[in-house]
Amino acid sequence: MSGLFDMPSYLEYSYFGLVGLHLREALIPVLAGLLVALPLAQLCVRVRWLYPPVLWVTTILYAIPSLAFFVVLIDYTGLSETTVMIPLAVYSLVVLVPAIVDGVRAVPQETLAAATAMGFGPVRRYLQVQLPIAAPAIIAGLRVACVSSISLVSVGMLIGNQGALGNMLDAGLKYDQPRLVWLSVGGTAVLATAVDAVLIGLRLLLTPWMPRGARTPAVKEATG
Amino acid sequence: MRDADGFGRHPAHNRENGSFRTRAPGPESSSGERSRLSPQLLAQSRPEAGDFCQTRRVFGALIRIDSVTKRYPDGTVAVDRLSLEIPDRAITVLVGPSGCGKTTTLRMINRMVEPSEGTILLDGKDIQQQPVNTLRRSMGYVIQNAGLFQHRTILDNIATVPRLLGWGKERSRARARELMDRVGLDGTLARRYPYQLSGGQQQRVGVARALAADPPVLLMDEPFSAVDPVVRKGLQDELLRIQEELAKTIVFVTHDIDEAVKLGTMVAVMRTGGRLAQFAPPAELLTDPADAFVEDFLGTDRGIRRLSFFTAAGLDLLTAPIVAVDATAEQIAARDTADVPYLLVTDLDGRPLGWAESGELTAGSIETDRLLPHGRPFAAGTDSLRAALDCAVLSPTGWAVAVDGEGRAAGVVSQQTIAEAIRGAHANSARTTQKVAP
Ligand SMILES: Nc1ncnc2c1ncn2[C@@H]1O[C@H](COP(=O)(O)OP(=O)(O)O)[C@@H](O)[C@H]1O
Ligand SMILES: [Mg+2]
Repeated sequence: MSGLFDMPSYLEYSYFGLVGLHLREALIPVLAGLLVALPLAQLCVRVRWLYPPVLWVTTILYAIPSLAFFVVLIDYTGLSETTVMIPLAVYSLVVLVPAIVDGVRAVPQETLAAATAMGFGPVRRYLQVQLPIAAPAIIAGLRVACVSSISLVSVGMLIGNQGALGNMLDAGLKYDQPRLVWLSVGGTAVLATAVDAVLIGLRLLLTPWMPRGARTPAVKEATG
Repeated sequence: MRDADGFGRHPAHNRENGSFRTRAPGPESSSGERSRLSPQLLAQSRPEAGDFCQTRRVFGALIRIDSVTKRYPDGTVAVDRLSLEIPDRAITVLVGPSGCGKTTTLRMINRMVEPSEGTILLDGKDIQQQPVNTLRRSMGYVIQNAGLFQHRTILDNIATVPRLLGWGKERSRARARELMDRVGLDGTLARRYPYQLSGGQQQRVGVARALAADPPVLLMDEPFSAVDPVVRKGLQDELLRIQEELAKTIVFVTHDIDEAVKLGTMVAVMRTGGRLAQFAPPAELLTDPADAFVEDFLGTDRGIRRLSFFTAAGLDLLTAPIVAVDATAEQIAARDTADVPYLLVTDLDGRPLGWAESGELTAGSIETDRLLPHGRPFAAGTDSLRAALDCAVLSPTGWAVAVDGEGRAAGVVSQQTIAEAIRGAHANSARTTQKVAP
């Protein structure tokens, strides 16, 4: 079996080095996207009329091909990882902003009224009530953003060796090496599945308060 | 006591535990000024009203709503020049049809809604002058469907306000456990999440959460409207019991006049457009509705419901027509009087078994399964005239059976006797009214 994961030297990384690079190039943008999306979404929740235009803008940005981004960005950030990651971060907004806005808006009115009535200020209410209750929706958004980001990293090969597993695919096709093609495609799929599984686990961990099927039946009123 | 003794006793308490609730005195005045008199003034104006002796407390108006108007930005006038003096340490109910401004009024008290005009004073101080979150933390708030934090355990839900007030985690949780006990929640529920509780249990958590920091004021907005009638009755009784112990100033919103009459020390009836129709103790409301709107809102059977406020303790109970199942022929003959066409047969412990027609009983061979059913008896010492009348109406013989605390027959009473007692009680209450009338 020796040699299955051996990489040609022009790829500059070992197989697992490429996997690590791929992960980094895919997830850092989602994280950055989340950091932008959280305040942006809160703004959209508070200032209702802002939400539709913000949604349009994120959609239009999403429609811009990454190649166009690269052409513009190369002047500023060169042929670097950053040039690949900036468009990915921008793309993630199209999923994350509506996920957070809808999640936060879905918090029941009674819950919000109760929080206000108990003396929660707006910031505390957002952090301690709205965000935790919106967590499942936000994580659902993160799952889509992560998986799509993992598949999009490969386009980084267009700007010279910044596509991680995408570079391997490129090399496999160019030099007719099916082993590299399969390793690249399979690796990307496994990576996407693994990250998705981690996020599902995170959700289960963060939301013990969600009803889970009929495993824990509600206790019926006994005391009258 | 021979005679029915007026208002001032709460039917729920008479039935439930025989204790009396402190209740603001009811002025049976027919004066239109009534609603503007503070309960305190009224208490002073009639010290001779003997039947109100349970009401020794002098009330101070803790919350004073002073000609408050709320106009929403869209022009809706939700509350229109409302003035109310909400008595200290009592339950004041705001009742009225949907959309009449009850929730708006309640929310102006904790400044979730700001009045367009007028002022609200809490303990004499304008609530506008106080930091809003400090004000809110001094007022418990309970709403329909409880509004629990679904992402927190029951214990942490209840500990919310203590935590906001900066209590330590352990102290807050200890306090929360204490409250679970107080509102009748099993301690094993502490680590559960709201979705694992029934509606009634969630509502109890809502009450516990509102009480956690021991606020002097409790605001409740239709808290029991979303649960079924049996659970609702349990929650209402529990609230009265808790109130007996804690004596909070409670403002309670409902659209259900029965709930208002049951819970309220004072009841404010509001009409559409956010205006006050009448502000009075429930007994007075039933006796003397201010206008056709209030009368209509009270429903058709207010005369019957008003009887809840007269005790049956003074009823003249007959013990003569009661025989034990092992009675001798002489005993039966002696008990068979011309006044009563029936005999009540009891078991050897004195518990009622049923009615037999006069002259039909044979000593030694009383067949208990052939007796006429005696229906549900009423409690001689504690039930109201309404309960007694209900028993008599439902009894196949037209006679009601009174029992003592142990369920032993204390006597029987006819519909006629109850009717006389009702007339007596009405006359009595009219007399006290005249004493206060200017
Ligand atoms: N935020 C709001 N903006 C405009 N109108 C409102 C608002 N809240 C309530 N209203 C209106 O004010 C009136 C009183 O409402 P509310 O106080 O909720 O009544 P209730 O609690 O007695 O049903 C209703 O006509 C309602 O439609
Ligand atoms: Mg309402």
